Amino acid sequence: MPEHAPRTHHALVELIRARLFEIVREPEALFWMFVFPVLMAVALGIAFPSRTVDTVIVGVLDGPDAARTATVLTAVPGVEIKRLTPDDAALALRRATVQLVVEPGPTPTYRFDPARPESRLARRVVDDALQRAAGRTDPFVPREARSSTAGARYVDWLVPGLLGITIMSDSLWGIGFSIVNARLRNLLKRLSATPMRRRDYLLGHALARLGFLVLEAGVLLGAGRFLFGVPLHGPAWLVALVCVLGALSFAGLGLLVASRVRTIEALSGLMNLIMLPMWIVSGVFFSSANFPDALQPAIRALPLTALNDALRAVLLEGQPLPAIGPQVTVLTLWGGVSFLLAMRVFRWR
Amino acid sequence: MNQSALAIRCAGLVKRYGDVTAVDGLDLDVRTGECFGLLGPNGAGKTTTIEILEGLNPHDAGDVEVLGMRWGQDDRRLRQRLGIQLQDTQLHDKLTVAETLRLFRSFYDRGRAIDKVIGMVELESKRDSHVGKLSGGQKQRLAVACALVGEPDILFLDEPTTGLDPQSRRQLWTLLAAYRSGGGTVLLTTHYMDEAETLCDRVAVVDRGRVIALGAPRALIATLGAEHVVEFALDAGQQPPADAALRALPGVIDVRYESTSVLLSASAVHLAIPALLAALDASRVRLSLLTTHSATLEDVFVHLTGRHLRDA
Repeated sequence: MPEHAPRTHHALVELIRARLFEIVREPEALFWMFVFPVLMAVALGIAFPSRTVDTVIVGVLDGPDAARTATVLTAVPGVEIKRLTPDDAALALRRATVQLVVEPGPTPTYRFDPARPESRLARRVVDDALQRAAGRTDPFVPREARSSTAGARYVDWLVPGLLGITIMSDSLWGIGFSIVNARLRNLLKRLSATPMRRRDYLLGHALARLGFLVLEAGVLLGAGRFLFGVPLHGPAWLVALVCVLGALSFAGLGLLVASRVRTIEALSGLMNLIMLPMWIVSGVFFSSANFPDALQPAIRALPLTALNDALRAVLLEGQPLPAIGPQVTVLTLWGGVSFLLAMRVFRWR
Repeated sequence: MNQSALAIRCAGLVKRYGDVTAVDGLDLDVRTGECFGLLGPNGAGKTTTIEILEGLNPHDAGDVEVLGMRWGQDDRRLRQRLGIQLQDTQLHDKLTVAETLRLFRSFYDRGRAIDKVIGMVELESKRDSHVGKLSGGQKQRLAVACALVGEPDILFLDEPTTGLDPQSRRQLWTLLAAYRSGGGTVLLTTHYMDEAETLCDRVAVVDRGRVIALGAPRALIATLGAEHVVEFALDAGQQPPADAALRALPGVIDVRYESTSVLLSASAVHLAIPALLAALDASRVRLSLLTTHSATLEDVFVHLTGRHLRDA
């Protein structure tokens, strides 16, 4: 018999290593992991440059008084005017390329849609300017104390949310695909025929998830910082802790989702079922405060809400660890419970 | 009864899938150090049986003992000592041969050095190639290497050479011979009779979930009472001589009919063929085919079931 070579490496280490190789050698996966979230941040950052609504676009209808009205309005800061024919005016309002149309005259008419906040703002600005030009005097001029807008812009709010969904989808998809694929290829069955500890296999997937987390979070936060000047307040270790917790939490969920699924189609369906509601309610693109109070406890119990809230608290407000205790608890519970459940129900063939 | 001489003992094994009984009271003893073959057509219950013995598939009734241990009690200890190759396992495409073996090696408390195993399966030149780039034969040898890396006492192989070219099959056979020279036990399933005859000390012919014949390949063939098979066919539309006349030919033991040809089991070809030609001449029919071959396990199977291994 040949001599026995002793075991050289721990199985968990080798499982993590193998999984990392698998990911690195799949260029498409890397694209979705790193490039896609940044592209999304850039696209959204361009679409909502700085949601400051100080600039209003006002249409001035052609007519005898049009020139004078236009002159008055042009002098007002934050107002941009467009001279319009009646036909153009109707179209411009419908397409929202102007927020309000003024029909000049001794008693001007304001045409606008009061359901649109920008239009209501435009009405005020235009009305003030025209009333003053017509001779109104204000009893006083208020002093203004403007608060700093850094960290309060939409893009500032958006970047942590994008980081949250990136961590969620990379964990869920990455782990789900890999496991269902291994099941389809009979590889799970083959592994279950070895003395490998089943816990090691699941743990290996969850821990390998962390390998790219630094890059994922770094690329997105870096892009936010350099492209949009998104402030990063909290200490790096706390940001890292929240990201790690989030990744592990969703890794547990990913293992559970994939624990019995046999086809990629079924997996996709399940993943969408789980992720879509969270995309909507967990405060990624708009605040979850928009949902009724009765739903808030349920929404806050979702892992993505917890992750997004914790990221925003740390990144934008510089909150310390104790302040995000509830979110940390929610993430830990989701991760722990789903991992244990996955261990129980996992199908190896 | 010397228990320690048995690597696998299995009695009255039953496995049902719904209404279908895949394994129907199967008995099997595999001795330590032997190469034992389960031979039978597709769907005979070979894979189900081997997977029950491997502890991958629970059985409905019967008794299974592997290396003196039982599934459900000693699973981890047992797994440390078994090497398993499954049908249709695709290993990670993106890992190299060495990485794959390193992963499998890490599951076992003791075992062989990776490069040693790579040498055994002659994949040295592919050591750092991705698994996805290997040929079918190389992949199969890697699968066997994964089974060997834990230095198992029993090697289970399920259809190890199905779909391989002749050269790859022969390479695998050489590899198994090397493993056995170290004292290892092999249980394999196959539907290739030549493979069973070449590799196996004993075979169990399995049909419809039962063992219908058991013994050394040569001994099983000898039960036919004839070492040769003479096969002939006639021009379309022509009738062969009467059955009784064929059976009465010198040296002919048995006669079988297939769709287009007639097979004579013969103990003495040099007597049977001239007599056959004379008989055909007398009935004024013309041969379209005449061949002879040494009797094989296939003939044993046909003799026992009336069906062929490959299309049963």
